[in-house]
Amino acid sequence: MAVLPYIVTYACLAVFVVAVIARVIKWSTLPMHLRWELYPVAHEGGGRAAYGGSYLEESKWWTKPRQVSLLGELKVMIPEIALLVALREHNRKLWTRSFPFHFGLYLVGASTAWMILAGVLAAVFPGIAPGLALVTRIAIPIVGGLGLVLGLVGAIGLFLRRRSRELRDYTAPADLFNLVFFVIAFGCALATFALIDRDFAIVSGFVANLSTFRLVALPGQGMALLLPVLSVILLAVLAAYIPLTHMSHFIGKYFAYHSIRWLDKPNLQGGDEERVINELLQQPITWAAPHIQGDGKKTWLDAATEEKKS
Amino acid sequence: MKEPRSLKDIAKTPGQPLAHIESIEQIPLPPPFDRIDEEPPIRPLSDAAREKYVVLDDTVAVSIQKPASKEEEDRLVQGFLSGLEKLMRREDNWTFLAPFEMSMEHCAHCQTCSEACHIYEESGHNELYRPLYRSEIVRRIYFKYIKKASPAVHGDIDLNWEVVARLIELSYRCNVCRRCAQTCPIGVDNALLSREIRKIASQEMGIAPRELHEDGSVLQLKAGSSTGMTPMVVKDNIEFIDEDTSERTGIEIETPWDIEGADILLIHNAGEIMAWPENPGAFATIFEAAGLSWTLSSEIAAYDAINYGVWYDDVQFARVAVKHAQAAKKLGVKRIVLGECGHAHKALTVIADKILTGDLNIPRESSMTVLLDIVRSGKVKFDPSRNDFPVTLHDPCNMVRLMGIVAPQREILKAILPPGRFREMAPHGVENYCCGGGSGFAIMSGHNFADWRHHLTGRRKFRQILEAFQDEPMDREHPKYVCAPCSNCKGQIRDILAYYDAFEKAGIYYGGLVELMVNAMVDSQPGFIDWEWH
Repeated sequence: MAVLPYIVTYACLAVFVVAVIARVIKWSTLPMHLRWELYPVAHEGGGRAAYGGSYLEESKWWTKPRQVSLLGELKVMIPEIALLVALREHNRKLWTRSFPFHFGLYLVGASTAWMILAGVLAAVFPGIAPGLALVTRIAIPIVGGLGLVLGLVGAIGLFLRRRSRELRDYTAPADLFNLVFFVIAFGCALATFALIDRDFAIVSGFVANLSTFRLVALPGQGMALLLPVLSVILLAVLAAYIPLTHMSHFIGKYFAYHSIRWLDKPNLQGGDEERVINELLQQPITWAAPHIQGDGKKTWLDAATEEKKS
Repeated sequence: MKEPRSLKDIAKTPGQPLAHIESIEQIPLPPPFDRIDEEPPIRPLSDAAREKYVVLDDTVAVSIQKPASKEEEDRLVQGFLSGLEKLMRREDNWTFLAPFEMSMEHCAHCQTCSEACHIYEESGHNELYRPLYRSEIVRRIYFKYIKKASPAVHGDIDLNWEVVARLIELSYRCNVCRRCAQTCPIGVDNALLSREIRKIASQEMGIAPRELHEDGSVLQLKAGSSTGMTPMVVKDNIEFIDEDTSERTGIEIETPWDIEGADILLIHNAGEIMAWPENPGAFATIFEAAGLSWTLSSEIAAYDAINYGVWYDDVQFARVAVKHAQAAKKLGVKRIVLGECGHAHKALTVIADKILTGDLNIPRESSMTVLLDIVRSGKVKFDPSRNDFPVTLHDPCNMVRLMGIVAPQREILKAILPPGRFREMAPHGVENYCCGGGSGFAIMSGHNFADWRHHLTGRRKFRQILEAFQDEPMDREHPKYVCAPCSNCKGQIRDILAYYDAFEKAGIYYGGLVELMVNAMVDSQPGFIDWEWH
């Protein structure tokens, strides 16, 4: 039984990693699509991103070097990821629930990352282990504890918002289940923190063992053992579950912005994209309308260049 | 106001409209149009139309005939499902698979997009017109009937022929201006889903509004222009425009046709030639005065920049784009310049960018940048005092939000208007509101559709125009100019100004950008803008 939380966590981490990689592969291997960008495009240089301008504002734009600003992109991306700027700007009511929820997740994630790092470093450099443990004891109860509180409050707020008249009809049972799952997992973790593991010693020890493959039984008995084990298992299962659902938008959003909304790269004559486009134009179509009559043999190129008079 | 109470209502109350808007319940416009009780009501749909066509709300856009048999009903459902499945296939829909799939999978149903939609807002928040209403129905159909997923995960919806027909109609209650997509925190594009529904209808089921298909892209490919103008007719019309423009400006012009090796192939929206001849006349005047090497083409489809496929059909879109490029290739021009037409800008410059290759991949450019070059070059002298009247600028969505061409038209206006005469709308630039004619609406007026768009899609723009001029005396004696550098936007603005008699009551006139330039040209006779023609 002692190894159960370890096995579950390893399994869940494996599911998480595989699911995330699968999502990334899926989105990054979709075929090139027709341009469908939306301005402002954050990486546009020359000061144009500030008002939504593009390189198409230049006369004979194809003869001029494109000004692309990575800094400009980061200036939009980082606040968007950290503060959910778009939601704050366009839906303040939801932001007051969604921001604490997401920021709580970030803090919990950051705490976990630190505990993994500290566990590995302590194993490799035993001399600094006490110092690392001290940082964990001081910082993690604050950062992790705050993260759990914010995440729990946010999840409850989002649940209530989903039950509002405006959103209720657009809410599937799974949407509510997802939020309840967060409430239970975070609630359980918070109870562990508040009642049993005030300095995160048990959890950080577990994470350190997990990181160094030392499957040592967690300390304590009864509720003092059950609650931490339950918390760990619930959080691990939650982590595995997220990328399997539409909550994987933390991956999708990257592609939605970079591969669609901000994808403004022009296809220049003789450039590397022309070969890909020519291949795509050779794909067969099966659209059945009378003006197309795609039979599975006719290609996009055939359809686009055939003389249609009706 | 009548509105659906839930998504599932789309499958209920067969034969009955799901929504109804009373104009008296709408938010009043600014003065002098603030008497809501004096507004013309939306004329009711005729009994004959209600009898014959599928009814969604107060109007009919697509004119889908009610099925006469169970077989026809089944064909609607099966056709829709078949098309929906094809939208998810790489071969059939590589053109939009990534944005479509992204928007199908990642919507959080948070309704952030709703407040950004001018139609939803001006409808008094009618549930039917939420951007999410139609897109969520299509998502649920996809997951339940194609993917066979549990409704507990993606939500439940019933499916019958009426749902399909209503959904297709509902896809034509969206201007596809993508203002909703701009506000989405995740990057979901519910406007794209409107367009994808239209694609299912057109590409799989052969259903599209007559104005866009038979009288639009099909006619353009067949006769050369959706206006019906053949090459011979368009040349005659341009010759007449040249004569008229020369007379008005005192500058002799002769539009060049089919000049091989010219620097620029200029393609106008042919609607300009028919409805606003001063626009192509002004282009010819300015281009000649600047000494540009340019030409028009008399090839089929190449003297009309429109590409209605961009609103409803990828195949028709590609066919027209190829025609445009082939004409440019034949003449051996160095670049294609799009006249004042927003959707033509986006269609040929941006969307066709991933279709045209090799010797068809001829650079495309906006007329805004070419006109700005002329202003900056100093080759044409302007007297801003000739434009001594208030001017506001409409930002065509296709040119601005969807292409990022924001600054050139403003720099031109700064050069040709006296100080203090220009005022921005609020909001403007990439956050602008659609004119209300977007995605084909400006040319769709079947049944009572024009009334519906005046009250719902065009009302926000009219409100913005009135707000922009509120510091001016609102009467006929004080003329004001709405500069709309887009043919479809001009058509919509023309219609809504006429609907409210805004020139007579408030002195509001409209036109393009290049007309204002010629109006200020020192070498031209004064008075190019004809205020009496409205």
